[in-house]
Amino acid sequence: MNGLEQFGQDPWWIIAIKVLLVFVVCVVLTLFNIWWERKVVARMQHRIGPNRHGPFGLLQSLADGVKLALKEDLTPEKADKIVFITAPILACVPAFVTFSVIPFGPEVNFFGVETPLQLTDMPVAVLFVMAIASIGIYGIVLGGWASGSTYSLLGGLRSSAQMISYEVSMGLALVTVFLMAGSLSTSQIVAAQEDWWFGALLLPSFLIYCISMVGETNRAPFDLPEAEGELVGGFHTEYSSLKFALFFLAEYINMATVSALATTLFLGGWRAPLGLGTIWAGANEGYWPVLWFFLKMFFFIWVFIWLRGTLPRLRYDQFMSLGWKVLLPASLAWIVVVAVIKMTAIEGGFSPNWFLFGFGLAVTAVVVLGFLNRLPEKEAQVTTPAGGFPTPALPQGGAVRGAAQPLVFGPPASANGVRILPSPEEAK
Amino acid sequence: MSFVILASVTVIAALGLLFARKPVHAALSLAVVMIGLAMIYATLEAPFLFAVQIVVYTGAILMLFLFVIMLVGVDTSDTLKETIAGQKVLAALLGIGLGATLIAGVGQASIATMRGLSSANEGGNVHRLADLLFSRYVIAFEATSALLITAAIGAMVLAHRERIDPKQSQTDLARKRVADYAKSGKHLGPLPPPGTFARHNSNDTPALLPDGSQSKKSVPAILAGGASNGTGDEGQGE
Repeated sequence: MNGLEQFGQDPWWIIAIKVLLVFVVCVVLTLFNIWWERKVVARMQHRIGPNRHGPFGLLQSLADGVKLALKEDLTPEKADKIVFITAPILACVPAFVTFSVIPFGPEVNFFGVETPLQLTDMPVAVLFVMAIASIGIYGIVLGGWASGSTYSLLGGLRSSAQMISYEVSMGLALVTVFLMAGSLSTSQIVAAQEDWWFGALLLPSFLIYCISMVGETNRAPFDLPEAEGELVGGFHTEYSSLKFALFFLAEYINMATVSALATTLFLGGWRAPLGLGTIWAGANEGYWPVLWFFLKMFFFIWVFIWLRGTLPRLRYDQFMSLGWKVLLPASLAWIVVVAVIKMTAIEGGFSPNWFLFGFGLAVTAVVVLGFLNRLPEKEAQVTTPAGGFPTPALPQGGAVRGAAQPLVFGPPASANGVRILPSPEEAK
Repeated sequence: MSFVILASVTVIAALGLLFARKPVHAALSLAVVMIGLAMIYATLEAPFLFAVQIVVYTGAILMLFLFVIMLVGVDTSDTLKETIAGQKVLAALLGIGLGATLIAGVGQASIATMRGLSSANEGGNVHRLADLLFSRYVIAFEATSALLITAAIGAMVLAHRERIDPKQSQTDLARKRVADYAKSGKHLGPLPPPGTFARHNSNDTPALLPDGSQSKKSVPAILAGGASNGTGDEGQGE
């Protein structure tokens, strides 16, 4: 009928295990992503990052989570109690629900039952993700409103305006994917990318999606709803303890969700990367695809972290005009182009793939070159005149690169009068 | 079974919409009603309608409602004062009339088992819907979109205001600040934050200046117990 017969056939205990797995994957991903983000950002800033708890500091986020849960739970006097408590739940639950339609792999032997590595699928799976994400926005808006504080209200309003605006360009970027795949179900879209990834075929859509997914998740450089310098903590200023932890969890799951969606829609989902499947047929069978899927997903998450470590925050009006005046018209124009090329190809009886690829590449190259052309010329190195403002000298050999040197604990350093923590062995 | 659950949730939320005192609570109940309806569509094998109902009504329209309610009045509760004379009586009469018509109408209908759903959904719900929208109902579809675009443009025209002087960019503002400083000595940077170098860091503790005196400009006028003191006025001296 519509290629979804493989879903809805599982016995109840398989469904229960899958639900549990989706939940566990979301939570563990969050813990891992927090650790990874801190580690990568630390490296970018020439620091060490968490390294005390567990191997490589891996258990740091677990410790932080426990600490967060045991903190005092404050409710402001002016807060609207019911909404104040509902809001974090409303932000968190949709984040988990969206993961149910993400395909992690093909049909496999799962505890003796042949079943796809996906909780469920429906003819409108991608629209379902958008719909559930729009419910998640409520959590943030209501959290901001219910706190009864100006900062929170402003943060909530900003974030809802931002998420709604970027959802529009995100949705339009997805339309071309639907056009090419002929379906809205995630498993069908992955199946349609057997030969060509949509990321290559629909390069402009892919780029628009990547920009708007950062806006959609309120991450730097688009993290205006929690702009610390202006709004303290934005919508979660008044939240503490578990309620704050739920918002935190929702943000990181959302980051994983949009990454997983980008993987599914543009990078071939669980299919082996770079034509590996043509050389080694086993790469697209069994449990191997799970590895490819997570590799691609972690690539996106790494980009998120990279952006956060690199770019300063945008001004609010610049950010909004980027969404409405650049991304939105660009996606509309690209939809028309894709529709025309695909229709011509159907009428002419040829494959549209190379045309789309070439056209998309050309458009992207023109845009990128035009953008580079507009960048200001690099200013010449300012030489400080004698008696000028005193600035500290740069380190010898130029700027410091790479991670910081690992700390050495022990008696030689403490002999110089520097107070250093004792090593774990010494402490015993 | 699922209908009973969904219907009871929807009806309870609808009653909440009627009896909630705060507009935000009413809007939230409406959101639950919308989601309940969407779920019912999903159980009736109309997945596209399910997704669109949530995206459009819950995601977009109700969010706009919330926006307006939050911006206009954060704390306002409904007042029960009538602004139109006899409104309650009229509303009750019309309501009873509508209820009677609905009950009469629905009571007349005989409910048999569903027919034709599988043929209507043949080849996929989304595909069939697209087929219908872009063939048989294409004129209605386009007319609706034209109407919506007209409405959007109308709203923009109504809200539009011709700009008389050019928009000041960040550079212009910075230049103006420096020029002001050169002319009147007005402080260039941001105001000192409250609590700087002071004993406490709460918002009502004035910052201490290098000579130990208090900077009145650091405390917001609302907290300083009267709008007349230093925060609002311009000028460098304390």
